[in-house]
Amino acid sequence: MTSAVTTLVPFEKVLETFDPTMGLEVHVELNTATKMFCGCPTEFGAEPNTQVCPTCLGLPGAMPVVNGAAVESAIRIGLALNCEIAEWCRFARKNYFYPDMPKNFQTSQYDEPICFEGYLDVEVDGETYRVEIERAHMEEDTGKATHIGGATGRIHGASHSLIDYNRAGIPLIEIVTKPIRGTGAKAPEVAKAYVAALRELVKGLGVSDVRMDQGSMRCDVNLSLAPKGSEVLGTRTETKNVNSLRSVERAVRYEMSRHAGILSAGGSILQETRHFHEGDGSTSAGREKSDAEDYRYFPEPDLVPVAPAREWVEELRGTLPEPPAVRRARLQEAWGFSDMEMRDTVGAGALELVEETIAAGAAPQAARKWWLGELARRANDHGLELTEVGVTPVQVAEVQGLVDAKTINDKLARQVFEGLYAGEGTPAEIVEKRGLAVVSDDGALSAAVDNAIAGNPDVAQKIRDGKVAAAGALIGAVMKEMRGQADAGRVRELILAKLT
Amino acid sequence: MPEISRDEVAHLADLARIDLDDAELDHLAPQLNVILESVASIQGVAGDDVPPTSHPIPLVNVFRDDVIRPGLTPQEALSGAPEVDEQRFSVPRILGDEQ
Repeated sequence: MTSAVTTLVPFEKVLETFDPTMGLEVHVELNTATKMFCGCPTEFGAEPNTQVCPTCLGLPGAMPVVNGAAVESAIRIGLALNCEIAEWCRFARKNYFYPDMPKNFQTSQYDEPICFEGYLDVEVDGETYRVEIERAHMEEDTGKATHIGGATGRIHGASHSLIDYNRAGIPLIEIVTKPIRGTGAKAPEVAKAYVAALRELVKGLGVSDVRMDQGSMRCDVNLSLAPKGSEVLGTRTETKNVNSLRSVERAVRYEMSRHAGILSAGGSILQETRHFHEGDGSTSAGREKSDAEDYRYFPEPDLVPVAPAREWVEELRGTLPEPPAVRRARLQEAWGFSDMEMRDTVGAGALELVEETIAAGAAPQAARKWWLGELARRANDHGLELTEVGVTPVQVAEVQGLVDAKTINDKLARQVFEGLYAGEGTPAEIVEKRGLAVVSDDGALSAAVDNAIAGNPDVAQKIRDGKVAAAGALIGAVMKEMRGQADAGRVRELILAKLT
Repeated sequence: MPEISRDEVAHLADLARIDLDDAELDHLAPQLNVILESVASIQGVAGDDVPPTSHPIPLVNVFRDDVIRPGLTPQEALSGAPEVDEQRFSVPRILGDEQ
């Protein structure tokens, strides 16, 4: 740990002197039923060491066998990233001694990745950046170590560690970009947009849950600065396990400011891994890179090479879904959303939900309004994903159907959603049980309007004198008497009919 | 002829987390060199027409179906562990940093 206090250079100032170069390494945990090299289940959140066998525990004599479904997923990810697919490649042992990998090596790929030389286009503020992909290779996840005795589960000051090997051996695809240059002030946003685009793409393929909060997608951020205009890359740092989209952006921003502070003071950057801290968005020193990088890779003798037949690759290419960018453009056109409405919908992770709501019969703008308004607010208040708020797209369409039929208004619809969160039945049942239907009986409405006119003679006179805009005050009074259960449009018609 | 130096042996021992003292390093370096020489003599036999191989059998694409197979119970899995706590393997404080 370095204790030297670093002066951070304000972000805008960094760009006056330096150009950033980024490299992003993203690990995606596949959602196969079983592990990469053995038949153990991969379910998240199981009791410790209940999903293990001799192979993933590295017991003597156990032999690995490759999960064909994982290879298929790897190829599909590669194809979606416009990669070449290797005609022949091998696994390799990455040797290191650390108890999260009981074999004392991780089975990975080294100089023969299954996918290589691809790209992913990402958009920031209407501008497209092409992020080139160096490789996407297959490997296995490690076990989970919990450090006991140190502060907040960190290794520093720990007395011992407890290891759960349920995660050891779960298939991972590691996707590595080439150096990303020329993004300047947009570097933090390009990094975030890349990870977001990758998440959407992998999700669309259906090969991973890509839940950053559960670790099924993890990002390491490499960053270096070079003097403006220089072709020579600076020394990089690697910030490990940056586990939300927002954190990716913040980690890039922080490291740019920190590097600039050190370089501007005449110092040099130490090549090291760093830890990201969610609390204040800072990073702290991890391990120095120098000889710890000596993994003594060699080809895995217990596994035979993978040589995907070209026919199989082409068959898999045929299974790829519509690319996210193409799909978004098609949906935006069909729904008539503005660029900003579309960006907000995608950004909120609501694209599928809005699509399903529209498919269930709601108008596009109504579907967007509920998911990005009422339901987004609830997700935000309770720290939930939109998919977890307890309301389905079909239910949203039903609620909107009730609004369209003038059975309820938007305000009453919010109460219907509350009933849905509480599991009180279908929207129609909730309207019935809670007595939420607007009063369409003109007799009752008419009486309420008469009361409002009688109670507000000044306002009524203004309307008689032609100031129609004053009707708002009477509508408010009627709605209050009707406890919100009236159609404001109809109330207005009745008021104007009586006074003009 | 490949030769492994005393420093290289020390480095390998460090990577393998094996604590070797000076006397052991002096003793092991020449021994490892004998092994390397033996391997080198095999290299002399391999002609240019023999590609380096990582697997003796010319097989590719041996895949397993993605079907769950029963593994070990936690009790079985932990039965060989020197220390167990909370159904997990308890290991000594890990020196150095996270990998």
